[in-house]
Amino acid sequence: MSADTAVRSVSTDRTGTPLKTRSPLYRRRTRAAWGFALPFMLLFMTFTAGPVLMSLAMAVTDLRSRDLRNPLGVNFIGFDNFVAVLQDPLFRKAAANTLYFVLVGVPLTLGLALGIAVVLNAGITRLKTFFRVGYYMPVVTSIVAVAVVWRFLLHPDTGLINEVLGWVGIDGPNWLASTTWAMPSMIAMATWRSIGTLIIIFLAGLQGVDASQHEAAALDGAGAWQRFRFITIPSMRPTLLFGAVITGIGYVQFFEEPFVMTQGGPLNSTLSVAFHTYNQFGFGNYGYAAAMSYVLFLAVVVLTLVQFRVLGERDTPRRHRWRRTPVARKEIGR
Amino acid sequence: MSTTTKDAPTPTATAGRPALRRQGRAIGAPRAHPLAYAVLGLGLVVVMSPFIWMALSSVKGEGEIRRVPPTWWPQEPTLDNFTELFARLDFPQFFTNSTVVAIAVTLGNLLFSSLLGYVLAKFEFAGKKVLFRLVLGTLMIPGMVTLVPLFVLVANMGLVNTYAGLILPFLAAPFGVFLMRQFFLGIPDELIDAARVDGASELRIFAQVVVPLAKPAFATLAILTFLGSWNNFLWPLVVATTEDKYTLPVALALYSTGQNQTDYGLLLAGAVVVVVPVLVVFLLLQRYFVQGVAMTGIK
Repeated sequence: MSADTAVRSVSTDRTGTPLKTRSPLYRRRTRAAWGFALPFMLLFMTFTAGPVLMSLAMAVTDLRSRDLRNPLGVNFIGFDNFVAVLQDPLFRKAAANTLYFVLVGVPLTLGLALGIAVVLNAGITRLKTFFRVGYYMPVVTSIVAVAVVWRFLLHPDTGLINEVLGWVGIDGPNWLASTTWAMPSMIAMATWRSIGTLIIIFLAGLQGVDASQHEAAALDGAGAWQRFRFITIPSMRPTLLFGAVITGIGYVQFFEEPFVMTQGGPLNSTLSVAFHTYNQFGFGNYGYAAAMSYVLFLAVVVLTLVQFRVLGERDTPRRHRWRRTPVARKEIGR
Repeated sequence: MSTTTKDAPTPTATAGRPALRRQGRAIGAPRAHPLAYAVLGLGLVVVMSPFIWMALSSVKGEGEIRRVPPTWWPQEPTLDNFTELFARLDFPQFFTNSTVVAIAVTLGNLLFSSLLGYVLAKFEFAGKKVLFRLVLGTLMIPGMVTLVPLFVLVANMGLVNTYAGLILPFLAAPFGVFLMRQFFLGIPDELIDAARVDGASELRIFAQVVVPLAKPAFATLAILTFLGSWNNFLWPLVVATTEDKYTLPVALALYSTGQNQTDYGLLLAGAVVVVVPVLVVFLLLQRYFVQGVAMTGIK
């Protein structure tokens, strides 16, 4: 997403005085610039852009792993793979799981991170770094180690979580073996791994909230909640959008958690679209899997556009805003 | 860059309430309520407890680990899990592999991303917009899209199970370009123009004027890239096929599945070995992480 904001700003960030496009100086600069860009672009074209195009090509063929040795056996089949993907009951199951993960996980992560950032920003001085570092630690930890620890934490008998629940009289379930509780466990883990980044982003955003507005509102008798709702939130809108978009992009692709924790089980209750795609690649159904990966890409784009619409800047009058953004209100108001 | 979380003095602050600012509180914000510390402290306990639990349990004997109800403090601390683990798995080799790959990926990113990021920030040239969109646009493409074509490519180059196969696909990452560009935008044009007037070549300007100014950005990119590579899991799992090329996460992941799945003591010791070096680096250099995230919003 950062891609998008950055792309937008390119026309305004232009530095220096504009050069005439035909001038020899401009041409010399162009040569120098491409010289600088060349090493990166060669690697990028080979290892990123090339595979992206190759994947697109795969998606419209019936390529399977055995065809790699005999490329002539591959047929162009148009959108058949995409149709097959959408009719695949396992894909539908995976899509529903992914939707569940995103719809619960993104608001939960954003809400928790915003809450912690606001509290951290409300006058905490000495321990600020300490807290920030603590909340960020899960972000730098290898998912494999995280999986080992969390499998142990979630163990029904010897795990810490059920032990703590036992203190308050709750008999905790067998988290990862339950079709009901496996997905909430994944969401909890993902939230734990992601809030650190968002807290730092939101703390940076909170620095941009005009303190004099808070002062004026406080003088006028606005309470803490009202000031949060009507001053902090509107000023934070771009930061919230940014946080929502990067979290959304990450969560739509969610793969590592089920891969290391549940292998998509029990009974496919944590099978995500990305994981299903990975499995299809593993079975050698390259064309089919490539098509599915593009469906995932499409989902990322659509989600990003929706978030821009819901949280993005807008100049419409206030009444319109209220009617048009029920989701934004729900998400932020928690 | 200006968006580190330290309270930067705002114009109003310096003019109106210097005394308040010195205490580091935002204007109009009340002194932190004790409840704020309680809430944050409780949250921190929840966030940190998996780490503490991991560390404490890794020095428990196998019997104690399986005890119901679980113990918190180890009753009879022992390093058996670690000695056993090191006897079974070639950790020095995995550690070396992870280090070699991470250093190579980091150096490549520093060089290639900074060159491209620099021209995207400071040059006007034909094709700039296309280049920018092409590179940054791929940030949104799921990793799953390129996984298999990339593997086929690497296999065709004969690089499966080699260091080159582990390193090459990560040398040119759009994230680095974006981070370096954001930083270079803040360097004044006058400096570069002055060097040009003095007759310095573009490469020399970059190496001797721009790079020394960008040390904090390089430090940030180096640390984020190093850790990203250190923790990278899926690609090494696919490309490294024999033990002598396994990175630490791959070794732990493969060991933790199948018949060893219930060796909790050994696995937790393994998790400690994988996590502790990273946490030490992070704690020593945490301010660069904060800078990087605040600058780009991406970890």
